[in-house]
Amino acid sequence: MKLGFSIGAALSLTFVTLAALSFVWTPSDIETLDIANKLQTPSADHLLGTDHFGRDILSMIMMGARTSIAVAVVAVGIGMAVGIPLGLWAAARSGSLLDEVIMRGNDLVFAFPSLVIAILITAVFGPSAVNAIIAIGIFNIPVFARLARGAALPLWERDFILAARVCGKSSARISAEHILPNIMNLMIVQGTIQFSLGILAEAALSYIGLGAQPPTASWGRMLADAQTLTAIAPHTALIPGGTIVLMVLGLNLLGDGLRDRLDPRIRVDRT
Amino acid sequence: MIRYTLRRLISLLLSLLAASIIIFAVIEVIPGDPAAFMLGVNAREDTLAALRDQMGLNDPLPIRYLAWVGGLLTGDLGTSWTYKTPVADLVSDRIWVSLPLALYALTLSTLIAFPAGIIAAARRGGPADLGIMGATQLGVAIPNFWFAMILVLIFAINLRWFSAGGFAGWDDPLAALKSLTLPAIALALPQAAILARVMRSSLLDMLGEDFIRTARAKGLSRRQALWRHALRNALIPVLTIIGLQFSFLLAGGIIIEQVFFLPGLGRLIFQAISARDLIVVESVVMLLVFTVIIVNFAVDLAYAAVDPRLRRRA
Repeated sequence: MKLGFSIGAALSLTFVTLAALSFVWTPSDIETLDIANKLQTPSADHLLGTDHFGRDILSMIMMGARTSIAVAVVAVGIGMAVGIPLGLWAAARSGSLLDEVIMRGNDLVFAFPSLVIAILITAVFGPSAVNAIIAIGIFNIPVFARLARGAALPLWERDFILAARVCGKSSARISAEHILPNIMNLMIVQGTIQFSLGILAEAALSYIGLGAQPPTASWGRMLADAQTLTAIAPHTALIPGGTIVLMVLGLNLLGDGLRDRLDPRIRVDRT
Repeated sequence: MIRYTLRRLISLLLSLLAASIIIFAVIEVIPGDPAAFMLGVNAREDTLAALRDQMGLNDPLPIRYLAWVGGLLTGDLGTSWTYKTPVADLVSDRIWVSLPLALYALTLSTLIAFPAGIIAAARRGGPADLGIMGATQLGVAIPNFWFAMILVLIFAINLRWFSAGGFAGWDDPLAALKSLTLPAIALALPQAAILARVMRSSLLDMLGEDFIRTARAKGLSRRQALWRHALRNALIPVLTIIGLQFSFLLAGGIIIEQVFFLPGLGRLIFQAISARDLIVVESVVMLLVFTVIIVNFAVDLAYAAVDPRLRRRA
């Protein structure tokens, strides 16, 4: 399992580095089209070949990494920032009407897969990367809320929480100062899993045209462009798809490794 | 069981109510004037008035909401502005692609995941377990639409075993099934990876239980104990996941339909989005959410029927 963690960390780091590097340098400019050199297979000039506009695929992958990571990070951020406080609040008032309302609200959001949320948002506001972030972010909220509530509930029975209560701390302060630090590991592990799901969701939304719009580079869009070209230029489909697989695989291995490292007892909801 | 069913039924109705309000609000309230939104800036005043009239936009919001929900309950999903056809007809044509596709994929996913999960659990730590777990790790990382493209590349373009897309229609059931086969495999494999993992970990949990030790002490072999006692108990979490996967497959099918040019709900909804046909989007989204909520309800009931402890806890 240690090996898995190292591979996962290396893969994740590679893509983050590629994305960061794309801010200052890419092998070539992806906004200039070079039709004369379209659909080239990998060569010394273009390490990963070129697409149907003659754009350098490696450069597109680097710019796409930026989009993927940005969308997934913000979407996980939304899920954590809203979901964890809601879950903690529900746990602090466990059994009350508030708890019931929060948890039923969560069930309700689960009935809207992120794809359906994206469809709703896009139908009214039009497609964009921001709308993809919102759609994936909303879907992340109940994931963190449930997990936070479930992890916080048993803690409320513990003696150190009783001691904090005896000191006269409010339940909001206890949640923030004592419960939260104890469930943070679990949240980080789930965060890496939601991050990888976010990468997949962003790719899917961009692929069907509900996510990032041209000229923003996105792995999902690259696949959509490649779809009619698979017969004549398979590399235009294989490379972006393989990139998504490596990134997601890396994040999943990292998440598994982190879980084993941070706390061997915790169980993470992967489904 | 009756008390439990009633409680779940009430929460089901509340969920449906809340979901319908959310969808109604997003589609009909947020755009301001949905008719103007659908027709764009160059709309003629009389067309606008006609659409407003058709959508009942001159009525107050609560009346519009009730009219919409009333229509849904009686099977009247409104009339599409672009197709000039009742949405119910559009949906009933396409549901016969999307629903069979989801069921086909669910069947495949279960058929792959059960043996894989059971073998992995029975040979825990062995080469078979490592191989299967490695494969599932890869399976959850592969985007299903990309996998679909690879399948097309191999089996349609190179080997020519299947057509690259399109739907043959149910007049010839075998041809219809054939045109759904690649899409179903693409949808099923990533889900099978998840299901196999759940099956394995659920079985391993059960194999550690006292009643398995008792069964073994009574003289059952490891294999017998697994098949007769552990498997049945391990199925409970697996059933829940299968239920969740069904709704996921139905929604996920929307994307796969795009890869294979299948005339299902996905195609309908994307055409409706680009034509700004909000009436179609509203009803189809409600239909999808409705299905998800109903399936989850059914899973909850099935769960409680299998495991009496859950009834008491609720």
